[in-house]
Amino acid sequence: MTILIGLLLFALLIIVLIQVSRITEITRALRGEEDWKWVNSKRIGIWLLVFGVVFILLTVGSAYYYKNYMMGYGPHSSASEHGHAIDSLWNLTVFFTGIVFVVTQFLLFYFAWKYRQKKSRKAEFIHDNMKLEMIWTVIPSVVLVILLLKGLIAWNDIMADVKDDDEFLEIETMGMQFNWILRYPGEDGKIGARDFRLTSASNPLGQDWTDPKNLDDLQPSDIVLPVGKKVRFRILSRDVLHSFFLPHFRVKMDAVPGMPTYFVFTPSTTTEEYRKQLSEYPEYQVPADPDDPEGPQKWEVFDYELACAELCGNGHFSMRKVVRVVEQEEYEAWLKEQTPYYFGSIRGKDSDPYKDQLFDSEIEDRTKNFENDMYEAMYKELEEGEKRVYQLDNVQFQSGSSELTELSTYELQNLADFMKENDELRIEIQGHTDNTGDEADNITLSQNRADRVAEFLRNAGVSPDRFSSKGYGSSMPVESNDTAEDRAMNRRVQIEIL
Amino acid sequence: MATTDIKDYDLRAEELIRDHGVDDHFHEHHEGDKYQSSFFSKYVFSLDHKMISRQFLITGIIWAVIGAGMSVIFRIQLGYPEADLQWLQPLLGKWINIDSAGVGTLDPEFFYSLVTMHGTILIFFVLTAGLSGTFANFLIPLQIGARDMASPIMNMLSYWFFFLASIVMFFSLFLSTGPFAGGWVAYPPLSALPQASTGSGAGMTLWLVALILFVISTLLGGINYITTIFNLRTKGMTFWRLPLSIWSLLITAIVGLLSFPVLVTGFLLLFFDRSLGTSFYLSEIFIGGEALDHVGGSPILYQHLFWFLGHPEVYIIILPAMGIVSEVLSVHSRKPIFGYRAMVYSLVAIGFLSFLVWAHHMFMSGVNPFLSSIFTTFTMIIAVPSAVKVFNWLSTIFRGSIRFNSASLFGIGFVSMFISGGLTGLFMGNSVLDIQIHDTYFIVAHFHLVMGVAAIFGMLAGIYHWYPKMFARHMNDTLGQIHFWGTIISAYMVFWPMHYLGMFGVPRRYYSFDVFDAFRDFGGLNEFITIGAIIGFLVQFVFIVNFFYSMWKGRKMTSKNPYKATTLEWTTPIDTPHGNWPGKIPTVERWAYDYSKNGEDYVPQVIPLREGEEAH
Repeated sequence: MTILIGLLLFALLIIVLIQVSRITEITRALRGEEDWKWVNSKRIGIWLLVFGVVFILLTVGSAYYYKNYMMGYGPHSSASEHGHAIDSLWNLTVFFTGIVFVVTQFLLFYFAWKYRQKKSRKAEFIHDNMKLEMIWTVIPSVVLVILLLKGLIAWNDIMADVKDDDEFLEIETMGMQFNWILRYPGEDGKIGARDFRLTSASNPLGQDWTDPKNLDDLQPSDIVLPVGKKVRFRILSRDVLHSFFLPHFRVKMDAVPGMPTYFVFTPSTTTEEYRKQLSEYPEYQVPADPDDPEGPQKWEVFDYELACAELCGNGHFSMRKVVRVVEQEEYEAWLKEQTPYYFGSIRGKDSDPYKDQLFDSEIEDRTKNFENDMYEAMYKELEEGEKRVYQLDNVQFQSGSSELTELSTYELQNLADFMKENDELRIEIQGHTDNTGDEADNITLSQNRADRVAEFLRNAGVSPDRFSSKGYGSSMPVESNDTAEDRAMNRRVQIEIL
Repeated sequence: MATTDIKDYDLRAEELIRDHGVDDHFHEHHEGDKYQSSFFSKYVFSLDHKMISRQFLITGIIWAVIGAGMSVIFRIQLGYPEADLQWLQPLLGKWINIDSAGVGTLDPEFFYSLVTMHGTILIFFVLTAGLSGTFANFLIPLQIGARDMASPIMNMLSYWFFFLASIVMFFSLFLSTGPFAGGWVAYPPLSALPQASTGSGAGMTLWLVALILFVISTLLGGINYITTIFNLRTKGMTFWRLPLSIWSLLITAIVGLLSFPVLVTGFLLLFFDRSLGTSFYLSEIFIGGEALDHVGGSPILYQHLFWFLGHPEVYIIILPAMGIVSEVLSVHSRKPIFGYRAMVYSLVAIGFLSFLVWAHHMFMSGVNPFLSSIFTTFTMIIAVPSAVKVFNWLSTIFRGSIRFNSASLFGIGFVSMFISGGLTGLFMGNSVLDIQIHDTYFIVAHFHLVMGVAAIFGMLAGIYHWYPKMFARHMNDTLGQIHFWGTIISAYMVFWPMHYLGMFGVPRRYYSFDVFDAFRDFGGLNEFITIGAIIGFLVQFVFIVNFFYSMWKGRKMTSKNPYKATTLEWTTPIDTPHGNWPGKIPTVERWAYDYSKNGEDYVPQVIPLREGEEAH
């Protein structure tokens, strides 16, 4: 129905236009070609002049109205050091082109009006003027040379890569459909090697975990930058082209698969300072959420943003990350909170090349934890019926056998050392299984596993009268045995302090 | 009789006539031309450059409506992101997603298809084929005094390759996976990998096929235009007597001939990467859950090959418009074009420099910053000849006696657009400013004004101006003026506010601005732009009605030379036959711009210099 009405309206429009056309042709014929010509000329001449003047007023007026969106004015000032050079060149270009714009547009419409066809006017045969041609070749050239030189100097300054003796923070950012992945170097200050063939859902950057430099690298969700410190973004893409665009910092660089690019800059204004700047402008003193007039104001929730500026597919418009610029101390505190990606998401998984070994720091941590936990188990206040039990989570066996895994020795060594230090300690080593399979087999398996631990202690030189070992089969579950996770919890070796 | 006439001809024309054996029909059978004996050979597979020109024009107009209509749809999405677009479902079908509440939204994938097709169609099919195809075909033989193109068959093929390209491109709009959606520049890897975007599957294949056909069309045309201008000028038509329209079409054809083959190279390598598993542009890609085998290629290589055409292409678009406007402004101001030679030199300079600026599209692509410095320098230099042209146009109307009609109004509008859009080139071209405004709405505003709208204005000026020569009737001037005012006002409504968006950093090619705090504050401006776009689109129907209605019902042309113009096309009969001049081809005695000289309103090019008269 709507389409039908639309078509009818359209047909009507065409008929109206045709009628207009016929009427004007008839009027033209009735008035006589000559008369029609002069009336037409005067009317259009005036319209052109009016249009020209209104147009110039509107363009200049709206430019003034929107000055706060312009670079280097109002709230939209650069948040990076190099950005001020861009802003000042921008304003210089606005100045020169603004003059040329107003003058030439005005002359165009003024001439059109002034030199319209009139009975009294004869056109003049002016065809050439070498001097004028020279003037309007040389003057634009001089202006262009000024803009060009300023531009090139700033460009070479901004685009220069870091030098060997520079102190800078290197951050890697990788575009993908449709997100950004960030990588900060860990304590070693270096970013580890990567190979796109290693990419997977759990390893989005394709990091090579055999490169020790990778192990402490961070993958935070926001970009956090210390103010006043030079930062070099290493920009990568893993699928199609993206572009790393930080509008408030005057930073943009394409992310190209197979070709890392970079952008070096120094953030100069913290997020807090920028918010304070914004708070002075009325357009930021309004509620951030129009539906919640009592909520925070716009300037209070302002954040710098990272956007994608190169068409990368149907989610191109959604590749946002928040950028926070903070003081050095806050940055360091934030950095401490971050867990290296390897330890958060890869450690111990199948893709972990080191899953069969422990790092020195992990061994130290385990020892410390073991001692703390044991002391706690020894001295804690017992509730009714509770026993002093410590579960040896880090002692594990090959599936279905009593063969210890390699990593279990660290924990057992901790136990042996602890027993030597605390010679009053006496324990029972208890083996437990889940409820699957034949109970007689379970009892045998749990007994063997407990014995295996006892054997380790004996070999480590702990006096055999201080410990005993016993297999309980599935008789003492800690969980329900209903799910695979619960059953895994029930398969355990623990010690009871006697 | 034929033999006595022949000796008056220029030697080249004589050879042409001898070789082609067509001397008899020029003189005795203009009406029943042996090449135009049936409907098909007259209107469809015509060899007459004037008919081929009309075919280019009408095909171009159809594409312009489609391309502009697409922009209206995506502008509605940007101006009214919350609007219910269910009413578009009959047109767009499954690309309108209807949610459970019955509210229809435009699919993002199709939004990008619309943006991509809008660019491709307008740049190649409308402003290259529709503009240079039309006017090169129409004006070159008529204004240099030739009976037809050097090779009418190639000329006909040039149109039919364009037609084929049009069919393929049109077909791609209806694919179930959608037309190509990776931007008109078709950067790989997005354009190379169907996994990256559904439009990069069959849609991209058809896009490539259509554009390769299109390039063949352009090359067939271009070779012909150059050959014709070099070889078939009538006696006395020296290069310094050519009208500027011909100069601009010549430079355009040369630029096209040198740059389009490079584009095809780029497309072929892209085709190999897509279909044969090569790695020219692809390296180290993990997409769709798997790492691809491609290593060692560079997407930057494609960008170099693409922009080696892509930049000259914008001059291919704007130069003919410049030539047309120079001609139109001079005729209707009753004054010679100011600084004819400076205009020619600046055309040549622009044509030459257009090959040295391509990487200014790639400042932020990751190319060596030093390379960018070189390209910034050349880019700033190209502003000088452009400025010279603007000042010369201003001086052309200065102290003239301007006759206002649709053609001269659009000519004036062209200069205004070219100034507005050209000046922002000084921002874009300066690499350091490009850091901020690259790929934002600032560039959208810049190129639309300077080569989009400006070229359309030049094209419309040309259509209104030469319509009587094409169809022997006038278009209605009142409708033409309504069209002009509607178009110039809506064009500025659309593109001027985009500067403000761009300065703030709002990126182009965003389906929605809601995700970003920084970009979502421009709802009002975006709505304003959309209203402008809708008005601008509707106003074009005033032109279309005028164009087609006047073909049959327009005011009849009563004299050969309604504008009292000097150039040769106005010496042909009102119903111009195939072969253009029923008798001898006129000889040229003077330059094309003797207006208001020595008190005479105009002196046609065929009139010999008077005694003591100074030549120009």
